[in-house]
Amino acid sequence: MSLSKGTQVRIKAMTPPGHIRTPHYLRGKSGVIERVLGAFKNPEQLAYALPAPERTLYRVRFEMAELWGDGAEAPADTLDAEIFAHWIEEV
Amino acid sequence: MPHDHHHHGADGLSPSGHPYREDNDAPLSYWQVMEIAVRELMIEKGEVTPAQVSNQIDAMDARSPANGAAVVARAWSDPDFKARLLANGSDAAREMGFDIGPMHLVVVENTAEVHNLIVCTLCSCYPRNLLGLPPDWYKTREYRSRAVKSPRSVLAEFGVDLDPSVTVRVHDSTADMRYIVLPARPEGCEDWDAEALAGLVTRDAMIGTGLPKQP
Repeated sequence: MSLSKGTQVRIKAMTPPGHIRTPHYLRGKSGVIERVLGAFKNPEQLAYALPAPERTLYRVRFEMAELWGDGAEAPADTLDAEIFAHWIEEV
Repeated sequence: MPHDHHHHGADGLSPSGHPYREDNDAPLSYWQVMEIAVRELMIEKGEVTPAQVSNQIDAMDARSPANGAAVVARAWSDPDFKARLLANGSDAAREMGFDIGPMHLVVVENTAEVHNLIVCTLCSCYPRNLLGLPPDWYKTREYRSRAVKSPRSVLAEFGVDLDPSVTVRVHDSTADMRYIVLPARPEGCEDWDAEALAGLVTRDAMIGTGLPKQP
């Protein structure tokens, strides 16, 4: 998977146990790649001192309307978060 | 442990009328005991020396928002540095002599159209190398949950009232990046040097919960 700035993506709505750096409020939500950050060791293994393969880390930008629906204070405000490649699917 | 406070008034208040704070002498927690045990073992086995431990604590305590303020002031007064800072925050901060360690710093710029706000919903990630220890409120569940859902209300509570035309961009430090806000340079300090400008840059202005002081 190679994603670049502007690619439309969705965060996978899965709930594995363990040390997960993808917040629940972003799971299943759609956004765009804001920038590609590079390869970082996967914290899901690193946290347990296991061999941690490198995964590409992205900054994904979401609109508040996508995250909170009618509850958004200002629908066009944005939220950016760092998400690892294996949590992202292209839409 | 209980002891007499001869200076207590009949109502349990200090002479100036304030309640006394409880003594901070609760037993050590599980994790505090663990930290002491691991530290003592590492010293015993020669992995680290007591001097290295206290030097590291001193180095961490010495970090303060003055570091970040110097970076912001340089960016305000040196357009080439500002461009480098926005392109690669870690390298630009290192260029000024700050020990950034392995931190990956992302600098987000406030303008007339955009206001940035930093939060870490999962824990308390914070650009400690440039700002020192985070304020207690930054680590609270309330700030961490409300900053992503109701950033404008949070900002208003901090005294930052934004025009509805300004876009708010919240940055959740979920993984390996750390964030600092480059506030917009105030009007009225055009001929100030970087040292004077740094005096306008507050900690909260670099988290996004505040604005720089006005000259």
